[in-house]
Amino acid sequence: MEGTIFDIKHFAVHDGPGIRQTIFFKGCPLRCWWCHNPESQNPKPEKYIRTNKLDGKEFKKETEIGYRVTIEELFQTIQGDKIFFEESGGGVTFSGGEPLLQADFLYKILGLCKNDGIHSCVDTTGFASLRTIQRIAELTDCFLYDIKITDNNLHEKFTGVPVHGIIENLKWLDQNNKNVILRFPVIPGITYTKKNITKIKLLLQSLKNINQIDLLPYHNISNGKYNRFKIENKMKDTKPLSDEEMLKIKTEFESVGFKVGIGG
Amino acid sequence: MNSRIKKLRNESLTAVNRLSAERAMLVTEFYKSDIANQVSIPVKRALTFKNILENKKICINENELIVGERGPAPKATPTYPEVSLHSLHDLEVLNNRPKVWFRVDDETKKTYKEEIIPFWKANSQRDKMFVLLPDDWKAAYEAGIFTEFQEQRAPGHTVAGKKIFQNGMLNLKKEIQESIEKYQNSDDPKAQDKIEELKAMNIAADAIILFAHRHAEELDKLATIENDSNRKAELLEMARICRKVPANAPETFHEMLQHYWFIHLGVITEVNPWDSFNPGRLDQHLYPLYKKEVENGTLTKESTTELLQAFWIKFNNHPAPPKMGVTALESNTYTDFSLINLGGVKEDGTDAVNELTYIILDVIEEMRILQPSSMVQLSKKNPDDFIQRAIKITKTGFGQPSIFNTDAIVKELINQGKDIVDARNGGASGCVETGAFGTESYILTGYFNLNKILEVTLHNGIDPKSGKQIGIKTGDPREFKSMEDLRQAYNKQLNYFADIKLNGNNIIEKLYAEELPVPFLSLIIEDCISNGVDYNAGGARYNTSYVQGVGLGSVTDNLTSIQYNVFEKENITMDELLKAMEANFEGYDQLRHDLIYETPKYGNDDDYADQYAVKVFEMFYDAINDKPTYRVGKFRINMLPTTSHVYFGSVMKATPDGRKAFEPLSEGISPFQGADKKGPTAVLKSAAKIDHLKTGGTLLNQKFSPTFFKDEKSIEKLGHLVRSYFRMDGHHIQFNVVSARTLRDAQKHPEKYTDLIVRVAGYSDYFNDLGEDLQNEIIRRTEHEEI
Repeated sequence: MEGTIFDIKHFAVHDGPGIRQTIFFKGCPLRCWWCHNPESQNPKPEKYIRTNKLDGKEFKKETEIGYRVTIEELFQTIQGDKIFFEESGGGVTFSGGEPLLQADFLYKILGLCKNDGIHSCVDTTGFASLRTIQRIAELTDCFLYDIKITDNNLHEKFTGVPVHGIIENLKWLDQNNKNVILRFPVIPGITYTKKNITKIKLLLQSLKNINQIDLLPYHNISNGKYNRFKIENKMKDTKPLSDEEMLKIKTEFESVGFKVGIGG
Repeated sequence: MNSRIKKLRNESLTAVNRLSAERAMLVTEFYKSDIANQVSIPVKRALTFKNILENKKICINENELIVGERGPAPKATPTYPEVSLHSLHDLEVLNNRPKVWFRVDDETKKTYKEEIIPFWKANSQRDKMFVLLPDDWKAAYEAGIFTEFQEQRAPGHTVAGKKIFQNGMLNLKKEIQESIEKYQNSDDPKAQDKIEELKAMNIAADAIILFAHRHAEELDKLATIENDSNRKAELLEMARICRKVPANAPETFHEMLQHYWFIHLGVITEVNPWDSFNPGRLDQHLYPLYKKEVENGTLTKESTTELLQAFWIKFNNHPAPPKMGVTALESNTYTDFSLINLGGVKEDGTDAVNELTYIILDVIEEMRILQPSSMVQLSKKNPDDFIQRAIKITKTGFGQPSIFNTDAIVKELINQGKDIVDARNGGASGCVETGAFGTESYILTGYFNLNKILEVTLHNGIDPKSGKQIGIKTGDPREFKSMEDLRQAYNKQLNYFADIKLNGNNIIEKLYAEELPVPFLSLIIEDCISNGVDYNAGGARYNTSYVQGVGLGSVTDNLTSIQYNVFEKENITMDELLKAMEANFEGYDQLRHDLIYETPKYGNDDDYADQYAVKVFEMFYDAINDKPTYRVGKFRINMLPTTSHVYFGSVMKATPDGRKAFEPLSEGISPFQGADKKGPTAVLKSAAKIDHLKTGGTLLNQKFSPTFFKDEKSIEKLGHLVRSYFRMDGHHIQFNVVSARTLRDAQKHPEKYTDLIVRVAGYSDYFNDLGEDLQNEIIRRTEHEEI
């Protein structure tokens, strides 16, 4: 069985506990305006021109982002970093894109990891059927679960999909006491509005078991990627928030009993 | 830092490096005396040592707590004409060179011209060596196949062990007497030689006691004219200490530091051993006295810190004796490689980290000076606090302390046949070199250019730079049918040059054993006294001679490139590749691009490339390891470059990895600058594929931008990263933490960055003191990390 991924990051330190290997799945049903990995959206490998510089000269080469990988190959790569996982209490994180878009592939690889004692996280938008969430929850040790906007219309506007299924899935995970760390991308004017923050706080309060959230600050490092992959960049004029503003949000979420991290 | 230390530190930092002819004159004067020609060589050397210590100027700096300078003043650096003689031209170069200079005044030049040069010309060890070394050695040396450490500096690389911290010279004199009696009543055919050596050791022991007493007298004098009553009391206490140590075993913290310092000065005055001398496991040696005195109330945390800081400054006052020519290229720095070891395990194998370990780490962080260098030994038995504290200091960006794997060091030493207790009392010194402290003479003999040998192989034994046939004929590489053909040819060349190097080493070892014994150093390293044999002649319990492999990353990339581009993908023929290299890739831009960007490289946990690191490592190991030395020890390998990867690159034309002619090679076992694209875990996994336990040390430099160390969590994860590497038997890792932007600015405005210290390779140095090549190389490494 094969899956499509577009990158593997070794020594990832912001995607769950310990030293992690993060596998980036290709393909995402969402189109978030602020997406940091626009190259992850299309589920198929894509061609692009890569430019290398050498002594001031440019060398262009057509190449592809994204490649097919077998379960066995991928698992071998994961196992290669096992010593780092063991020493640090780390493991593998499946991110994307949206890993749940390749649920069967994900399910199989999670099974192999579990069997081998490798800790796993699934970094998801939560946009999937409840059945899919339930299947994956059998095998993964932890969800990194995005929560962006609670208003359905706004969610649809800024991400392209409705939010209620995402919230339903989250509630199921909470009720069934699954290990979930929420992640809140702080996007000025979109997720970071007075109204949305208040509503997110209400959502947090409604959760019984989940009590941890990481704030992901917006940054505009991806502008280059938008150009390279010829994707419309709706955010290029947005400025990142200051550290003080981030701390303010941290305090707000702490006030409803959450453990809040900045930067994941 | 209190005001006294601040002032002393500042004086040390601003003292001018100058050359002093004092020692050279005292040595020459003695060698000319009648008595010098009537005694045995060891006794002559001991009397020379005594003549220096009896007559050299005593220097006591204002307000200092630990006394003794090798020269007449801080950073006044003596010369060693009996080892290597500086010509007048050399003195000019030293005075005028833009980096790592030593001021030479007219008086010194005059003394050299009239006294030193006429007497020593053709008589230094260096002169004698070059007469004895065969032509094949000289050809390889001149081509840059290897360097030779003992050409300008005496065999050294030793570290004080437990014994010398716990015994005074009077105890050693007793042992000497017993040993003399033993040999007087024995039928050992060498008994007479041994008795002469022991007599020499006895003279050397007396000489150092006398030297300490001269300090005591001077301190008494200063006390009588001192108006400040506190300082007066200090001076009298220091005088008392100098009368007690090193004659007797130290019994207070202050006494032990002063005791060691006299011994340190003795070692670096007797000759100029490579890597000066080193107190080794300082937290272990000092801890019992620290504990006792803290309990008694005679020592506080503040006074402990002040004494240690005063001790630190003494090291910084002593730059490495000036190096010249190729030796300056391979290791051009004021650093003299004293490497303080902290942590690790005790001799019973338990966790050795103690309260004092942390105090010393604080001292390192606060002092922020070049010398002494420092490292932590990390065993699986040490707590995480310890490694995290060390990483937090690294984060401040001056490259200290580096981190070593105690468990690997112990295994390396045991693999070499050492007793487990001696192994646990050991550590690393210099850059990364493994040794049994206090019981081993482990001499570094020279860097070995693994890439130049490949270059010669690719030219059928000819050095393409000079056009001379320096290697053997192993066939035209255009006729090679496979990598196996190339591998065999390379292996033949490697063995050919290894044999030349080892043969040269034996000639040089004999010369030092017979003509330049070191009776003082022999007092300190165990079993020289009971064996009645000099340190330089194999008297120590263990005797190892190391050859240092350089450029593993580059040679791996070069072989991988040939396999990938010539034999597998057939992108290019061997002939075309050689032509492109000969043309320094002029007109071959696309090819060079592909060699750099489209070819597998070492450092990415990719066996396709990494297999060649293992193959070359094993070939090098087999060519050197376990061969007998003149001193009846063993040759062994380690993998470190100091700055020789720049020199070795400068003797080479363009290479199959896309590197242009004369550019630096990779350093230590690190990947070539920019070749590692998968982050630190992949680098560590590649580096761990060679068997570190077969070496006496490997050096891995890992670059991080400062952002990486921003919070506790990241530091914890770096700690785990180190532990993972060590679980794979990695020997050593060091972090270079400084941004490329800072470095580039420093290159433009050196004046703003006079205190900027960066990690080079196995040691730290002032950025301003590095050659431009090396500066550029470090900037490139750093930039790569920041992407």
